[in-house]
Amino acid sequence: MQSMSLDPAQPSAGPAADPVTVPRPETGLSRQSQPVPRTLPSAPERTLGEPRVRNAAITSRMVSVHYGAKRALFDIDLDIGRHEVIALIGPSGCGKSTFLRCLNRMNDTIEGCRVSGEIRIDGQDVHSPELDVVQLRARVGMVFQKPNPFPKSIYDNVAYGPRIHGLVRTKPETDELVEKSLTRAGLFEEVKDRLKAPGTSLSGGQQQRLCIARAIAVQPEVILMDEPCSALDPIATAKVEQLIDDLRKNYTIAIVTHSMQQAARVSQRTAYFHLGRLVEVGTTSQIFRNPEHQLTVDYITGRFG
Amino acid sequence: MPRAPFSPARSPPASEAKLSSPHRSAAAAARTRRRQLSERLFRACGAIAISLGLLFVAALFYSIISHGHTAFWQTELRLDLEFAPATLGLGSSTPSPAELGAADYGAVIRESLAREFPEVVERKERRDLAGLVSSGAPFTLRELALADPSLIGSKRSLWLIADDEVDMFVKGTFDRATLEAERRFKDRQIAWIDRLQAEGRIEKRFNSGFFTSGDSREPELAGLGGAFMGSVYTLLLTLLLSFPLGVAAALYLEEFAPKSRWLDLIEVAINNLAAVPSIVFGLLGLALFINFFGLPRSSPLVASLVLTLMTLPIIIIASRAALRSVPNSIRQAALGMGASRRQTVLHHVVPLALPGMLTGAIVGMARALGETAPLLMIGMVAFLVNVPKGFTEPATLLPVQIFLWADSPERAFAERTSAAIMVLLVFLMLMNSLAVILRQRFERRW
Repeated sequence: MQSMSLDPAQPSAGPAADPVTVPRPETGLSRQSQPVPRTLPSAPERTLGEPRVRNAAITSRMVSVHYGAKRALFDIDLDIGRHEVIALIGPSGCGKSTFLRCLNRMNDTIEGCRVSGEIRIDGQDVHSPELDVVQLRARVGMVFQKPNPFPKSIYDNVAYGPRIHGLVRTKPETDELVEKSLTRAGLFEEVKDRLKAPGTSLSGGQQQRLCIARAIAVQPEVILMDEPCSALDPIATAKVEQLIDDLRKNYTIAIVTHSMQQAARVSQRTAYFHLGRLVEVGTTSQIFRNPEHQLTVDYITGRFG
Repeated sequence: MPRAPFSPARSPPASEAKLSSPHRSAAAAARTRRRQLSERLFRACGAIAISLGLLFVAALFYSIISHGHTAFWQTELRLDLEFAPATLGLGSSTPSPAELGAADYGAVIRESLAREFPEVVERKERRDLAGLVSSGAPFTLRELALADPSLIGSKRSLWLIADDEVDMFVKGTFDRATLEAERRFKDRQIAWIDRLQAEGRIEKRFNSGFFTSGDSREPELAGLGGAFMGSVYTLLLTLLLSFPLGVAAALYLEEFAPKSRWLDLIEVAINNLAAVPSIVFGLLGLALFINFFGLPRSSPLVASLVLTLMTLPIIIIASRAALRSVPNSIRQAALGMGASRRQTVLHHVVPLALPGMLTGAIVGMARALGETAPLLMIGMVAFLVNVPKGFTEPATLLPVQIFLWADSPERAFAERTSAAIMVLLVFLMLMNSLAVILRQRFERRW
């Protein structure tokens, strides 16, 4: 936002930062539970690449998160553009899921979690008292790592959100929205004869697509996906990836993934997180073909993570 | 990180491995035998524990059932009764209800017995003869006459409840070979009973009064009806009070309350309350509900308040465990799609936790059903002939009734005590099976 004049992450002019100046870890990175001072030199103070976009759907400035005394995110600036898929990548515990959960304030549900900084969705501060958290989560849907359909019928799984948000009034309206959502999620043909069957009776990949249908039934503006394919086999993964690509026309999507191939396949922009810092942001092709930061290079080439 | 290359040279040659393997020596074989032995011993210990438990349960059931089953049948005498207005002490053959109520029905029974045994003339003998019939029989006749005034002036052959000593003799509780001085039943009474039996005038008939009537000093008239209704009223109110309170408390503690030292304190307090001896709750009920609030003594209302205090911790602990067992992913899913905390809890968490909550509630109810000590403190140990008809009427409860009968000297109360325990156990089993059924009905997979 323009009001943020003190922005430490002014976009650097091109590939100015010299990767060589960053000390390279000698033996690869020991796991992230290292004390912060030891690993600080490897994580940069400034984000490389361009974290801002014009006319962003979501802007975040100086976002930090503490779990109790432990700091999980360090002053993240990152914009998410409209109708783009942004992939958040990085080793386990680097804060990418934490960042994702800031965007719909799911971190509120975690005991001892404090979020500071500013996150705006369409210019509206998500932490402002005027914005009801329920309203926010209706606008910013979420798909979780493990498929978690409600122990209800397939139909009720999809119809639940529209019902509680008052998007549907009559049975025909609900039927139509359920069919539309399931069709968009590419699941309708597979389940149209057993909408009354429990959602948990579906296969893992179908369950995850049901969760996506459930999320889009609420008609959100943004969909957050937290490793949506990590529990799925390659065929189900391919279907979900295809679905993400289709959904991009109507939604803004942020996806956390451990699979770099997946990030490369589905996203237009990629953000690389490391130990709670946003190391590098850029177009997906730039990040994977021509990463600027040594940590990004190491991660993408599989040297750690 | 460069992975450590796997080099075949580092693993020892196969022959060397064979020689040095620690799993092929004699010592290893001995270790295996020892391990297998201890495994078997461990399993045997469990089996022994289970069999011992089953043995004790079987002994308990055998003892109770063998003592108690006879109480469900009651000896009755068939007498040819003449309801002559003169015998009843009535002036006319069409008496008013007030006159009917005051009539002497004992005289009808005595007259019938005198016709049956004309040789009995002596006063003492006649008293023994009249003693064959329960002292409650005239009241039965009175009820009959009040319900149907045309009885007056007619002749009927009716089954009347026999005295408890007759009952005991017919059931073979004591032997006729014992000395007359050592039993309350006289030799001539035995002779009369033998004669009545030969005439087919004595029969053991189903004892419906045991389930319907209230307590009595006469064992043959004493029934569980009052205590049963008292237990039903009390448990109903206890469930209505403790289940919503307990579930609400558990929901707040588990789903809404922020983690704090206060919460820990409350948790410790609840756990301690569950372990407080129940008589302490009785004292509390006496001081608080009866002395301070002035609620009616001996009433199911006070009993249920005391039992609510006692079962609340159980229900809260069980409900919290049930809520904790609901996977967090369900909560996340609901919250993530914009359900409020209340919607999340009511629409998704509670339905999944309900079977566990119900089980906890019924376990608590079962404990409340069997509880005696706190009831002693609030005046439920009362001799009550009437069956209670409301929550504020004096009542007694099944376990208290058992306690009272176990304390009574009459021999016939012994079998009634066992029979009452059987009824209590059946009640308990019904409640537990209800818990199982509810559990299976509401159980859902996730």
